[in-house]
Amino acid sequence: MAAGRVAPELAAELPGLSLHVERVAVAGSVVGRAPRELRERLAELSDGVRGAQAVALRREPVPAAYRVLFRHLGLDPDEHRVPIEAAMLDRLMRGGFRSRSLLDDALLVALVETGVGVWALAGERLRGELELRAEAPGGRVVVGDDAGTIAAAFAWPGAERLPSKATREVVLYAIGAAGVPEVFVEEALWTAGELLAG
Amino acid sequence: MARRAAPRRPVPLRQPAGDPARDARVAGTLAGMEELLVRSAVDVAVDEAAARRTLRAQLARLERELSDALIAAFGHGGVVAAPAPTERAPAPRLLSLGELEAHRDRLTARIAQARRALADRTAAEERARIRLERMLLEPGRHRFERVTAAELGEGGCGVYEVRPRLGLIGMLAGWWQVKLSSGCPLATRARPLSRRHPSEAERPFRHHSGG
Repeated sequence: MAAGRVAPELAAELPGLSLHVERVAVAGSVVGRAPRELRERLAELSDGVRGAQAVALRREPVPAAYRVLFRHLGLDPDEHRVPIEAAMLDRLMRGGFRSRSLLDDALLVALVETGVGVWALAGERLRGELELRAEAPGGRVVVGDDAGTIAAAFAWPGAERLPSKATREVVLYAIGAAGVPEVFVEEALWTAGELLAG
Repeated sequence: MARRAAPRRPVPLRQPAGDPARDARVAGTLAGMEELLVRSAVDVAVDEAAARRTLRAQLARLERELSDALIAAFGHGGVVAAPAPTERAPAPRLLSLGELEAHRDRLTARIAQARRALADRTAAEERARIRLERMLLEPGRHRFERVTAAELGEGGCGVYEVRPRLGLIGMLAGWWQVKLSSGCPLATRARPLSRRHPSEAERPFRHHSGG
């Protein structure tokens, strides 16, 4: 796992903000159907979710730290939920975690097990190093590379940056916040990487 | 007799050359003023950064308080603390001092609203408990009074009701007791609207008789 760059003005304003990057070589397509073991693991995680647990989630250390970061970034976490709360709400609304693809399922398992959101990019479309930065003074906080903005922080990149059938290297990244132990972020990236690499 | 002031000699804009001591004094004063201006500007910037840090710490504390209030309210039927409407399209960004202050004020208002709602709710539950205690102490004076489990802040659909023992006999003999109904009505499959009676289809909710 490599530490991504955080622009100095962001690091000065939000101590503890970090970007973590992991490159994973994959043998086959990551956008196809997930293997049975992964779907079963997702189903097990799904069965373990209870309504009361989902309500109390906001007070657990990792989601609470992300909620605070969202507030610092001007987002209301009750309107724009932190990744783990969004996943839990989706689970409660749908009655289960739905398997979509190897990539989506791997990222979801990593998220549910650690509380840390992980996003993915196609390695061949990345230019230079990933960086967390503000687009302009007072502008959006985004994840970008040497070619420009990739996505807003905590949002999915556009389709042109996402892994495709032909992708053989996936770049995973996660955003750390003050109060989120680094081991959780490492675990999230490692889990997603292991599942993708098979 | 007032003396007329002698006309002041205009101060030349440029001092005549050849007074190095005076030039040095002026240059020193100007340098000092410049340093003072720079330092005060830096101080303002530093103070603003410190203020933003303080506001962020306050936001973190308020967020914890809001979470505590909402989780405490969960056991009492939940208190909805609706997010305040946002003026700008939401995007994560670094907030200015004013924006942080506005955000903090909105959050404070929401916590106050959630706490007020929770206090109202617990007061209503306390009143319901007192009513139930009175029903239990003197059932005959509270005939057919009902207190639902929801009013007491308990889960389930139970209803405490003062009923006559042995029906009509108890009613005539003055034998009253508090009975707790068995709970929620059994779930039934909803009928399609087209098969219902027209007057029934217009009603938004179906009425369930308790017990």
